[in-house]
This record gives sequence, structure tokens and C-alpha cells, in this order.
Amino acid sequence: MTIEISLVYDRIRWEEKAISKAIENRGLLLRRIDAKELVLDSSKGDQEVERDLGSLVLQRCVSYFRGLHIASFLEAKGSKVINSSEVSRICGNKFLTTLFLEKGGSPTPKTLFTFSGAAAKNAADVLGYPSVLKPIVGSWGRGVARLNDKESASALIEMREDTNGLYSQIYYIQKHIPRPPRDIRTIVIGDELICANYRYSPEGEWRTNVAKGGRIEYYEITSELENLVLIASEAVGGGILGVDAMEGPEGLVVHEVNSNVEFRGASQVSNVDIAVKIVDYLVQEAKR
Amino acid sequence: MDKKCSDCDGTIVVPDDSLSGEIVACPDCGLEYEVAKTGSNSVELKPAEAVGEDWGE
Repeated sequence: MTIEISLVYDRIRWEEKAISKAIENRGLLLRRIDAKELVLDSSKGDQEVERDLGSLVLQRCVSYFRGLHIASFLEAKGSKVINSSEVSRICGNKFLTTLFLEKGGSPTPKTLFTFSGAAAKNAADVLGYPSVLKPIVGSWGRGVARLNDKESASALIEMREDTNGLYSQIYYIQKHIPRPPRDIRTIVIGDELICANYRYSPEGEWRTNVAKGGRIEYYEITSELENLVLIASEAVGGGILGVDAMEGPEGLVVHEVNSNVEFRGASQVSNVDIAVKIVDYLVQEAKR
Repeated sequence: MDKKCSDCDGTIVVPDDSLSGEIVACPDCGLEYEVAKTGSNSVELKPAEAVGEDWGE
């Protein structure tokens, strides 16, 4: 029987297009499901949900909350979702990611969490300057600010106090790792490190996100990197992941794991067809 | 396929291989639209969602 893969999306990026083509080129059935048009019925039985939405679902929503809740619904109805709701829950929230990386034995920068601006100012003082203030939800480097000194920390934290985002009053302050002007993006699928690349900060910017104009360069995989990112992947539950590492003075550390990984940049310098590797993994999971 | 921007009347070229859910932007004003295929040869554009706090990878 031909394997059918449901692709749940809310925006077709370059990646979803590449994955769609790889699924079709493989001769598999592809069902595209626009998350924005879904009406999920709690009373529906498992078989009905499987008929309507499929039994193997690749969840690729850009919206963390949207994807997380759809994955939770589908899993409750017996469908297999990749990445699972639990992996999405952990990776979509930096607070949880840090906790799971620590618990799983993955080197990661020391992080302090507070629940008020006043405590955040104290935490920044304790951690020392510079340190890094990050929103716990969100991506692409948005809202990530370097706290260069006490004065700038106070100003940035006060600005955060005035915002009314869902998680604005949860402060995540991370030790600043003195690193070259680059980090390492890796793509891990299952228990395999597929590819790695450097992401260089653009001029006038310390963040390395491709969304901020970061430049991509090929990275030759080392056993140190492989061990590091596989431990990190396992720590958050595994699947199709973008694990980001930094070269610190005491070795590599993992600072982020993305469960809805974008790989357009990585594809430019990789010898591997990442979309095909994703489909290989889906087929393997379908046969489990 | 060419479509008109509802904001500035600019011409938006929708590639033939575009998929529903893909984003195209008006080259004149930058407004983003989401492609909605209504048939094999017909395309509609609807305003794209604004980037949310929880968006990302």
C-alpha cells in the first residue's frame, strides 16, 4: 500500500515546497492541509480523524501554538505526528529547551529565569555583563537582545515590562558566550546528523540568524559536533530538528533546538538533499 | 499568472508552480499575499497573515 503523508502547514515556505516535491517524486501520496482552514471536532472517533486528516502527519506550522495544538489533537486521535507535540512543546519554548538540554547532559549556556522585571534586573547583575535576554517563544532572532551593561539591561527589561505578550513577563537571561562572529546550524534527522553549516553575523549585527541576513558557509562535520548535537536531539525527544551550537572558550555548547527547522540556507552549502532525507525518515516512521 | 495588488495596483507575478499557502509580495509596495489555488488554472490572492509572536522555526 502506498504511504500517504499529510503535510499540515499555515504558510508554504521554501522548505514545505521542497518537502512536497520530495514526497511526490518518491511516489508517495501527499495530502496538504491548511491549518488555518481546519475545524477539529473533539467528538470524532480515531478512524474518522484518520480518514479526514491521515495517519502520518508532518506538522510544519510556522505558528508554534497552532502547530502544537493541532499535533496534540491528532495524537489524541491516534495519528502519528512528526515532530511530536511533546518535541514541539519543548523546542518552541526556550525555557523548556534549556531545562531538557541540561537534563539530557547537553552542554548549554547557563540561564537564569525570573518572573518579574525587578528580579530580572537582579539576575542580570548576578550573571554579569554582557548577557543575553531572549523571549522564550519566537524565533529568527526577534527580541533577542544583548545586555551589555547594567544601564542597558535596566532599559531593555523595563521595555519588556511594558509589553503584553503572552510570555513577556517570563524573563530568560543567558550567559553570553564569547564566540567568533558565527554559530553552527546542524540538521539532525532521527539519530543522524545530516549536515552542518556556519552562520556568520552580517555586518553591524551580532546575531547570526539567516533571517537577520546571516551568511552561510559549509562546515565539515567533526565527531565532537556529532556527539554534541545527537545528545541534544535525544534530550528534547528527537525527530527532524535544527540544533544550533556555538564555539565557546570551553568547547561547543548548544543554545537552541528548532523543531520546525528551516533549511533553505543549509541547502545552499550542503551536499545532501535535506528534503529527501526528511521523506526517508517519514517513510521509516510510517513502517514502524 | 499576473494579479493586481489591492493596495497599490502593482502587478504581482504568481509563478506557475506556486502552491496554495505560498506567499507572494507586491514588488511595488511590498504587501504580502497568500496564494489560494481555486483550480488548475486559476489563482486567487488573499492578504497574508501578519507575523505572530509565536512564529518561527
